[in-house]
Amino acid sequence: MTTRLRIGFLPLVDAALLVVAREEGFAERQGLSLDLVREASWANLRDRLSVGLIDAAQMLAPAAIAATLGLGHLRVPMAGPAMLSLNGASITVSSALYGEMNAAGQGDLADPNVAAAAFAKVAAARVAGGGAPPVLATVFAYSTHTLLIRAFLRLANLEPETDIPLIVLPPQYTAASLANGQIDGFCAGAPWNAVAVASGAGAIAAFGVDLMPDAPEKLLVMRADDIERRPETAIAMTRATLAAADWAAKTENRGRLARHLARADTVDASAATIEAVLAGRIEVGGGRPPRSAPDYLRIDRAALAPSAAVANRLIEAMIAAGQLVDAVDARAAARRVFRDDLFAKAL
Amino acid sequence: MRIVIVDEDAARSAIIESGLREAGHDDIVRLSETAALLKRLEALEPDVVLIDLENPNRDSLEAMLTVSRTVRRPVAMFVDQSDAAMIAAAVDAGVSAYVVDGLRKERVKAILDMAVSRFNAYERLRRELDEAKDQLAERKVIERAKGILMKARSITEDEAYALLRRTAMNENRRIAEVAHSVVMAAGLLR
Repeated sequence: MTTRLRIGFLPLVDAALLVVAREEGFAERQGLSLDLVREASWANLRDRLSVGLIDAAQMLAPAAIAATLGLGHLRVPMAGPAMLSLNGASITVSSALYGEMNAAGQGDLADPNVAAAAFAKVAAARVAGGGAPPVLATVFAYSTHTLLIRAFLRLANLEPETDIPLIVLPPQYTAASLANGQIDGFCAGAPWNAVAVASGAGAIAAFGVDLMPDAPEKLLVMRADDIERRPETAIAMTRATLAAADWAAKTENRGRLARHLARADTVDASAATIEAVLAGRIEVGGGRPPRSAPDYLRIDRAALAPSAAVANRLIEAMIAAGQLVDAVDARAAARRVFRDDLFAKAL
Repeated sequence: MRIVIVDEDAARSAIIESGLREAGHDDIVRLSETAALLKRLEALEPDVVLIDLENPNRDSLEAMLTVSRTVRRPVAMFVDQSDAAMIAAAVDAGVSAYVVDGLRKERVKAILDMAVSRFNAYERLRRELDEAKDQLAERKVIERAKGILMKARSITEDEAYALLRRTAMNENRRIAEVAHSVVMAAGLLR
């Protein structure tokens, strides 16, 4: 018997394993028929999963913790049997802002410390000149992207929201909003940094991998009550995900994967741009040569365990950011989101 | 009580507004353009914000209302865990509400129920309109195919229609599809 599974995703390269699981038959081999449903935003995806309009989702790992604890919204406990990605995000600023940073910077802007110091100088100069500080966009309040922006601003000795206005934009709007001047910079997942660079609208100011190596990014989640009811479905989907990861790891499949993702109903971006990201060949803009970053986005098998170490890292980062109270029960509830036990059963 | 409706679809937000006015609310502001939305909302200090879920500003609005401290007034999603059915109906319809703390739940529930039913009615209407447009387009293509067949085969209009219908039945296709192929083929052969 085939189980139909509706899975919500956002137009991002790290929806790759879900797309491969469907397109290359790995889900079918586990008795699953996948309906991949593209959602308009992270809040929308969370809400539609919460009320059962979708069965599972590619979710920001911190958003799964937030939903479980009821932070900022309704409390709907989530459970994740597998990670879908590590890393993949960067901070991109407008070409104009990058130019100012380049003029103000002392040293190599590829060093996040130098870039952050230059950003701080430019922001201070703009305010001193009677202008507004640069506006940065994150993709969701509870996300590694918010944590990365905070890490970058900490290097710059700036306070988010107090010194630098922070807004939230779904990732697929970031590159366009940078191009039309609505924002001065953003932190979003692939391919949106690459898209902004390719269009000439922006340049990468800091790589996520430099600010937070192996950052826990997307988690495959179901509602916790649903996963209790049918753990075998979660295990089957985890097996399909692992098989998809092995397929995606083969260099000869990269072009095909990029074309799957490029489709208008999936990421809707250039296949060449997506393929370069998958290859870790990152165009950074600002007149600099591309940078090779093999770990820019990790979707390999070794990246997928929802381990206690992954959970603890996020919990500590969210506590440091003031998003999570430092309490025993909150830590325990957040830890329970990461279902390493189900992952182990899928191996 | 000030209610702000955020919707890029001006027609839909107008029918929500009329529903709210019928229910006796008179302090209603509709925002459709997205530019400077957050600043305008801050200045308006709404008690209730109704927003369509697909709106690209929705996440920013939620962060502003619930996470950041840029708004002075305490704001929370009013629907609590016990309102599962209502939440499901609202998400399914594509509308969400953000409400200041302390408002009486029944008053807000009435507002959201109204918004949900109007969102659904609007969606139904839009679908019917699309179907009507499709039907009109189909009739036009059938007329053209009949004309092409009448000319090519020197047959009457009734015979041309019968030919289309017979072909559709034999090939297990819709008449409009067959007509479309006829028009396409004629275009290619011309």
